[in-house]
Amino acid sequence: MHILLRAREIPDIHKYDVYVKNGGYKAFETALKMKPEEVIDVVKASNLRGRGGAGFPAGVKWSFIPKNEPVKYVAVNADESETGTFKDREIMETNPHQLIEGALICAWAIQATAVYIYLRGEFWDVAHELDKHIAEAYKAGYIGENIQGTGWTCNVYTHLGAGAYICGEESALLNSLEGKLGQPRVRPPFPAQKGGGLYGEATVVNNVETLTNVPWIINNGADEFKKIGTENSAGTKIFCVSGHVQKPGNYELPMGITLRELLYDYAGGPPEGRSFKGILPSGGSGPVIRVNDTTLDAPLSYEGMEKIGTILGSASIIVMDETVDMAWAASKIIKFFTHESCGKCAPCREGTYWLDKVLDRIMAGQGSLDDIKLIENVAKNMQGTTLCALGDFAANPVIHTVKQFPEDFAKHARQPENGKSNKPAAKQKATAGG
Amino acid sequence: MSIHDEKYAERIAAQFAKYPTKRSVVMPLLYIAQEEYGWISPEAIQEVAELCDMDSTQVKSIAGFYTMYSEKPKGKHWLQVCTDLPCALRGADEFYEELKAYLEVEDGGTSRDGLFTVEHVMCLAACDKAPMLQCNFHFMENLDMDKMKTFIEEKRAEAKKQEE
Ligand code: FES
Repeated sequence: MHILLRAREIPDIHKYDVYVKNGGYKAFETALKMKPEEVIDVVKASNLRGRGGAGFPAGVKWSFIPKNEPVKYVAVNADESETGTFKDREIMETNPHQLIEGALICAWAIQATAVYIYLRGEFWDVAHELDKHIAEAYKAGYIGENIQGTGWTCNVYTHLGAGAYICGEESALLNSLEGKLGQPRVRPPFPAQKGGGLYGEATVVNNVETLTNVPWIINNGADEFKKIGTENSAGTKIFCVSGHVQKPGNYELPMGITLRELLYDYAGGPPEGRSFKGILPSGGSGPVIRVNDTTLDAPLSYEGMEKIGTILGSASIIVMDETVDMAWAASKIIKFFTHESCGKCAPCREGTYWLDKVLDRIMAGQGSLDDIKLIENVAKNMQGTTLCALGDFAANPVIHTVKQFPEDFAKHARQPENGKSNKPAAKQKATAGG
Repeated sequence: MSIHDEKYAERIAAQFAKYPTKRSVVMPLLYIAQEEYGWISPEAIQEVAELCDMDSTQVKSIAGFYTMYSEKPKGKHWLQVCTDLPCALRGADEFYEELKAYLEVEDGGTSRDGLFTVEHVMCLAACDKAPMLQCNFHFMENLDMDKMKTFIEEKRAEAKKQEE
C-alpha cells in the first residue's frame, strides 16, 4: 500500500486532473471546514512523526505556534542533502500535489500567511515543475486570496538553495531563505516562536515526506493511520536503499518491517555470490551497524533502530557488502562532512578537517595504531559541542565504524617495530598524561 | 551584458513579489546573473547588490558560501559527478577517473576545447541511479563511459557546427 508513492499505482498522478480524479484536494476541503485547532488535534492523534530525521511529532510542533500572531509561515524542507537520501525528490516528481495539499493543510492549521518550499539548488528542474503544479492549484482556488471562500489568504512559493548541506538544518534553512549565509542560529528562540522563525515570525518547518502524509490522515482519520506501522512509529516510511543490493531504490513500507525483509524481499539481496557486511541505516550521519542475524531481524522503526545502537533518521539505508573496507567508507563520509561543515563552530570545522587528514594518513598506510585512538578522541570532542547536529553527525561514522570494524582500521596501521610504539617517547607520555 | 536586460525583467519582478524583503531575492538573482555572465563576475555581484539593497561584500560572501554559484568562468557544460559513498559503492570513483582521463582534465579543470568543466560533488539525491552527474543542473543518470563518450562527442560536434 502506498500513501506517498502513489504513482506506483496511479501512473499520472503528478497531473492535477488525475490527482483530483483520485480524491485530490478533498482533504484540504475537509480541513477548511474544520477549526484549525481541530486539524492540529487530528495530526497529533495520528502520531505522525517528522520524517526529516529527528522524528519529532508533527502535530505537537504545529501546536507550538502562537495563535494570535498576524504573520506566520510554513517552510517545507525539501533540501534533501543527506547522503543516500532520494525520497523527497521522488515524491515531488511523482506526487507533487499531495505535498502541496499537505502543506496547505498545515498552513490552515496554524493560519499561516505563506508557504515556502525550500529545495536544494540541484533540484532545479524539480522546482520548475513544482512551480507549474502550484500554479494549477492556484488557478483552482486552493492557493491565493480568500481560499474556498474562507476569507483566509495564503500563497505557496518555491525557493532554490544553491548547494549547501547545512541548509537542511532548519534554522540554517530559514537564514538561507532570508538571503543570509546558511548557518544555524542559536536557539532559543525556536522557529515555532515569535522571533525564531522566518523573518522573525513563528514558523513550522516540516519535511516533504511528513507533510505528504497529512492529506491521507485527514481523509482516513488518525486511528487508521495508527493501524499502520508500530506503536511508536505510525504509518509507512520511504526507505531509500542504495549501495550493494540488487535493486536499489525507494521502497515505501509500513514501519516495523525488518531490515532482512527490506533487503532480501524488496531490494533483491546482495550482489551475486557476496554477503552483506555493514549498513548505515540513516545515511552518512548515523551509526553504522555490523550485519548479523540480530541486526537483520531488527524492525525498521524509531525504537527498533535505537535498540541495535543506531537511528532510523531519514531512513537512507546504505548497504555495504564484504568487499568494502570500512575505513575507506568512513573516510568517504568524513570527506562529505569536511566539505559541508559551514565553518561557524570550531569543533566541527577543525574536527572534520583533522579527521579527514588523519584518516587519509591511515588509508595511505602511514598511520599508526595511535592514530586510530586519535580519530576516536577527536570525534568524541565534536559531540555535543556545536550549535547544530552536524558536528555529531560527522563524529558518528568515525566513532562507530572504529568500534564495529576495528580490524578494517588496524590493517592499514603501520605496525610498531619490535613491539614498541612508533611514536616518540615524549609524545607518548604527553598523550598518556593529557 | 547585464541582468537589467529586458529578457530577465519579468522573472526578476516575479522573484521580488515572492518575499517580504529585498534581501531574500539575492539567491534567485545570483542564478540569473550566472545565467547571463556564465559565472558570478564582479559586475554580476555589483548588479545583484544594487537590486537587493545589499553591500557587494555581503553578496560576494553569499556567492562564496554556496557551491552552485561559480566564482570563476566554467566550460559550457559543467559536469558535476557524484562520488559520494553510495555512488562510489556502484562504481562512481572509477567512472569519474575515466571521464577525467577521456577529457584530459584534472578534478575541477576545464577541457582544452573549453567545453567541459568537471568536478566531483557530494550526494545529489540520485544514489540508486549511479553513476550519475549533473550537467548544468540537469540530472544524467545510470551512466557509463560509452554513454558519456557519445554525449561528449555530440556536444563537440554541436559546438563545431555553431562555429562554422
Ligand atoms: S551518493 Fe551519489 S547521488 Fe547520492
